[in-house]
Amino acid sequence: MSAFGLDDFLWRALAGGLGVALAAGPLGSFVVWRRMAYFGDTLAHAGLLGVVLGVLAGIGEGFGVLLTGVLLALLLLALQQQKRLPGDTVLGILAHTALSLGLVAAAFLEQVRIDLNAWLFGDILAIAPGELAWIWAGGALALGVLALIWRPLLAMTVHEELARVEGVPVAAVRLVFLLLIALVVAVAMKVVGVLLITSLLIIPPAAARRWARSPEGMALGASLCGALAVSGGLAGSLVWDTPAGPSVVVCAALLFALGLLLPVRR
Amino acid sequence: MKPLLYLAGVHARGSSGRVILEGVSLKLAEGEILTLVGPNGAGKSTLVRIALGLRPPEAGTVWRRPGLTIGFVPQRLTLPETLPLSVARFLTLGTRTGRAQVQAALDETGAGHVIDSPVQGISGGELQRALLARALLREPRLLVLDEPVQGVDVAGQYALYDLIRSLRERRGCGILMVSHDLHLVMAATDRVLCLNRHVCCEGHPETVSRDPAYRALFGRDGAAHLAVYHHHHDHTHDLHGDPHPHGPAASPVPAAPAAPAAARSEAPS
Repeated sequence: MSAFGLDDFLWRALAGGLGVALAAGPLGSFVVWRRMAYFGDTLAHAGLLGVVLGVLAGIGEGFGVLLTGVLLALLLLALQQQKRLPGDTVLGILAHTALSLGLVAAAFLEQVRIDLNAWLFGDILAIAPGELAWIWAGGALALGVLALIWRPLLAMTVHEELARVEGVPVAAVRLVFLLLIALVVAVAMKVVGVLLITSLLIIPPAAARRWARSPEGMALGASLCGALAVSGGLAGSLVWDTPAGPSVVVCAALLFALGLLLPVRR
Repeated sequence: MKPLLYLAGVHARGSSGRVILEGVSLKLAEGEILTLVGPNGAGKSTLVRIALGLRPPEAGTVWRRPGLTIGFVPQRLTLPETLPLSVARFLTLGTRTGRAQVQAALDETGAGHVIDSPVQGISGGELQRALLARALLREPRLLVLDEPVQGVDVAGQYALYDLIRSLRERRGCGILMVSHDLHLVMAATDRVLCLNRHVCCEGHPETVSRDPAYRALFGRDGAAHLAVYHHHHDHTHDLHGDPHPHGPAASPVPAAPAAPAAARSEAPS
């Protein structure tokens, strides 16, 4: 079966990649504004552990990643309250502990073989119809909730205490935002893999910054940029027979580099 | 008439356990301008955060008039360069309003010309005026300004204090502000509270500037004296931190031990 000369798995890859890119753009913009790249990276690193736990618990890989991400986000939130260790040290410890735990736990799985390569670097060409539904439902949920908290989240990104005086429930909004990142990480894992998820959150917004004049413009631009990167990356992977996930990231980086050549619009 | 804001016996500690505020009380009436002055580390910002409800006091009472609308101008605003945000959009983040109101608020604070500029691209003085305009959009009954003239040159500082005073005349809101320089705010304030962890003295700005406690803190001629300044307390603290005037005759308890008093007194650096 094919349309326009492309096989079904390629259409699914494109649809899945676009779903992730559209959701990652606006959310990633906040990750960039709030300087949380390393936070997203830590949640992503824990993804592999989530896959193994999901398989062990029999709840499926997607929910396993989501649950692990949520628990880790809550743990990070609690650890940020202490002041003995700086935030990036805590993130570094947790990120690599979680990744290593995932690798160790995967070795104990006897009945199920886990394709490590696919989870670490993504397996966008192997997206099943059911997974496509998971990606679009998760992405739509993330975007919908983000739209609801957009204004208060933007206000507290600009100045947290000012937002609090003006009545923003800062702690609640921050928690919801962290959960949204966990959700998008769980959704994006299949597409670009644990090690490359952060790039889809960071590079498209960074590329869109050059053109944007409003926060919403930058978020929209990031989604478009991500969509372009997914399309271009898949096409490149098809033509040159390169791994799909990394090709998407390389394409996003090329877009970013192209943007650097243009003057900043402010 | 009940005050807008009333604090009594407020104590606070820093994260390291160091005492920041001990037994501070203040009252702000409707339409009144009260300025907090004091050296670095005197607890001015902490007191403001407690008054705003941004942090709880360790002990003491904080009372705000129920339903009080507060306009807040924070000490610093550093936007990430990655966030594209115009001044107009920045102002509507606090209150949903139309462009006409935004323009009017910016005009009122003398920053009407930057309405479409990116927030990162305007000067320190313009930023302070934009922050003030954002606070005004909320139609506040109380304006709280933490060091409103930071990053502004001296001529601009006088202009800003003039503006703040004129806002009170026009809008009748009460104003609580922090300043490190009494002489600059003198003409713009009704009352001054001189803070150095506890309330050293308070009253009319002229009176405070002549007060021995104020002079001890800042030196007779202000900053010029700070370098060679010695802290002569007009009172000591007993073990509970309560201030007592010098001299055994005035002291209700027999001679407070000298050691804790010496440990507590601290010259501003």
